[in-house]
Amino acid sequence: MTIEELEQIAESVRLENAKFDYEVNVCMDLACASQGAEKLRDALVKAVEASGKTVLVRRTGCMGPCSSGPLVRVDPEETLYHHVNADHADAIVASLGGDPVPTLQCDLNDHFDKQVRVVLENAGHIDPEKIDDYISCEGYKALLTALTEMTPNGVVHRITESGLRGRGGGGYPTGLKWGTVAKAGGDLKYVVCNGDEGDPGAFMDRSVMEGDPHRVIEGMAIAAYAVGASKGFIYVRAEYPVAVARLTTALREARRRGLLGSNICGTTFSFDVEIRLGAGAFVCGEETALLASIEGRRGTPRPRPPYPAVSGLWGKPTLINNVETYANIAPIVRNGGKWFANMGSERSKGTKVFALTGKITNTGLVEVPMGIKLREIIEVIGGGVPDGHTFKAVQTGGPSGGCIPAEMLDIGVSYDALLKVGSIMGSGGMIVMDDTSCMVNVAKFFIEFCMTESCGKCIPCRAGTAQMHTLLSRICDGSGTMDDLELLEDLCSTVKEASLCGLGQTAPNPVLSTLKYFRNEYIEHIAHKRCPAGVCNIKAAVEVLA
Amino acid sequence: MPAFTPPPLPSDDKRWKIVNGTMRKNGFARHALIETLHTVQSSFGYLDDDAIRFVARSLRVPLSQAYGVVTFYHYFSLKPPGKHTVTVCAGTACYIKGADKLIAAAEQRLGIPPGQTTKDGQISLMTARCVGACSRAPVVLYDGEVAGEVASEHVLEQLERWAVE
Repeated sequence: MTIEELEQIAESVRLENAKFDYEVNVCMDLACASQGAEKLRDALVKAVEASGKTVLVRRTGCMGPCSSGPLVRVDPEETLYHHVNADHADAIVASLGGDPVPTLQCDLNDHFDKQVRVVLENAGHIDPEKIDDYISCEGYKALLTALTEMTPNGVVHRITESGLRGRGGGGYPTGLKWGTVAKAGGDLKYVVCNGDEGDPGAFMDRSVMEGDPHRVIEGMAIAAYAVGASKGFIYVRAEYPVAVARLTTALREARRRGLLGSNICGTTFSFDVEIRLGAGAFVCGEETALLASIEGRRGTPRPRPPYPAVSGLWGKPTLINNVETYANIAPIVRNGGKWFANMGSERSKGTKVFALTGKITNTGLVEVPMGIKLREIIEVIGGGVPDGHTFKAVQTGGPSGGCIPAEMLDIGVSYDALLKVGSIMGSGGMIVMDDTSCMVNVAKFFIEFCMTESCGKCIPCRAGTAQMHTLLSRICDGSGTMDDLELLEDLCSTVKEASLCGLGQTAPNPVLSTLKYFRNEYIEHIAHKRCPAGVCNIKAAVEVLA
Repeated sequence: MPAFTPPPLPSDDKRWKIVNGTMRKNGFARHALIETLHTVQSSFGYLDDDAIRFVARSLRVPLSQAYGVVTFYHYFSLKPPGKHTVTVCAGTACYIKGADKLIAAAEQRLGIPPGQTTKDGQISLMTARCVGACSRAPVVLYDGEVAGEVASEHVLEQLERWAVE
């Protein structure tokens, strides 16, 4: 495979597509699929056959605004239809060549205008099971360019120059990490992709793996070339069967095209990837726990250093990055580090994908430039809180993050700004809560999650989260005291400071941030035995704990 | 050292050949433990003592370690599932949109807490940490099929349909 051959494939795809007068793209991502996108596509195919028009019906990955699904986009006009079902197929096909179907057309310009698509540029435009579709969108060009025109050092330099930081949530500079692994000795090194999206309420990585799997594989291959690795692993949650299937197909296709395997593109570089299934443990998102799980053991973290960059899988230098980080690599190699660094804020470059969910009008997947105000994401892109309710807080970073109140919405989204207000960037879950949510109950929900997910290796996390849960349960059922509140704050700092890994170190964040911004709700529960949102089941008589 | 011979298959059930295939593909290496357990669970529906023993011996992993792995990961189940399974997603977005009400409704109808199967073996009630369909919260899986924006009545209707089968 050479760049010329890639271009030939891309050209043949373009010629093939040019035979059709229209392209009808059907979003088949999980959210749309759960609303009958499969039947819709079959109906569209039938309607096209009956009409005699030359129309390509294409299955695509996530188009973004899931709450409007099932979604259909008709190209070349780029007409977007929402809430489409199989009964609408005939009307859509009949409208081709004439005016669009007015009842189905949706106006989501505000939703899309503020977005910048880098990671998601292909999602919603290509068939994720066809490698040639990906190649026609400049796919694998970055890999071949890197292999034939750049030195491994040059690739690391370009990534460093871009200012890309880890998209899993930590925000460690990607170029620096790559440089460390590249410098590590030994001829056997590994590249690992962390697709264990355990944060409940986040699905960015699932959508990328399902909607554009080759993007991740290409990023991993470039990384392997840069750091000198020959073997890669993608660690995917078992709860994502479609992602596993799409990646399996993508890997097979990439091998068939000679883009994975021995002597890729006639060079001395060889690389292949294996999929490893997670088995439902949140802690496996922590890198050392993830490595233990790939080795077939219990996913318990270990102290660092040594960092995986020096001693990772089976003691060999290992590069671990998140799905979204790898998905950013190909465009950076293609367009240059400066192009990427021009987007975003001073210390957070590029774009970030967020899964916008909860009490918000437009739920779905959005990609925004770093530095955009939270308010713009929620009010403009998200369309605000529906049903006449008022906004109370937005939760970022999942169980490791915090709740950000309305008065903080004017901060720009960046690693540092979110940290400053007591939350974290996290992998990109963004859950909006309105006046019907009780913040004490929310804190209890997250602590319960961390308590069940604690691996049990270190005491501060294992026992601390359990005690915090007891205290929060007491406050929620109206039997808490002001002493409990003090004890809770004390425990927060112990668990934060003394836990071994990120799970424990960040577990108190939801409690700390709600204590900081919604302390009055805690006081209401304790002093007035009242839940302001009416969520908690406050006992009439205060029971004495046995 | 004499060459290692894997133990014989526990029975002539064809599914053991699939399990053995996963191990052979990985050269009977210890790191294939989780992969193999996944194959057992997808073939048999759950992991019983015999299966764990067989896999541990085949991969030369101490039984204690294999059992440790099985109990560490939520995905593995030591009990056979019911004929049908209703799984309520308990992720954050679903929680905010009232998944607790769905769980309570199903609990009341079936008379069992999450994680259990009805006495007649007909229906299992499970919760999931997050299935990634958060934009359609609250989400329920009926025998693995994702349904979005589910109301309690919807869950109860489905349970009725299964109960009369």
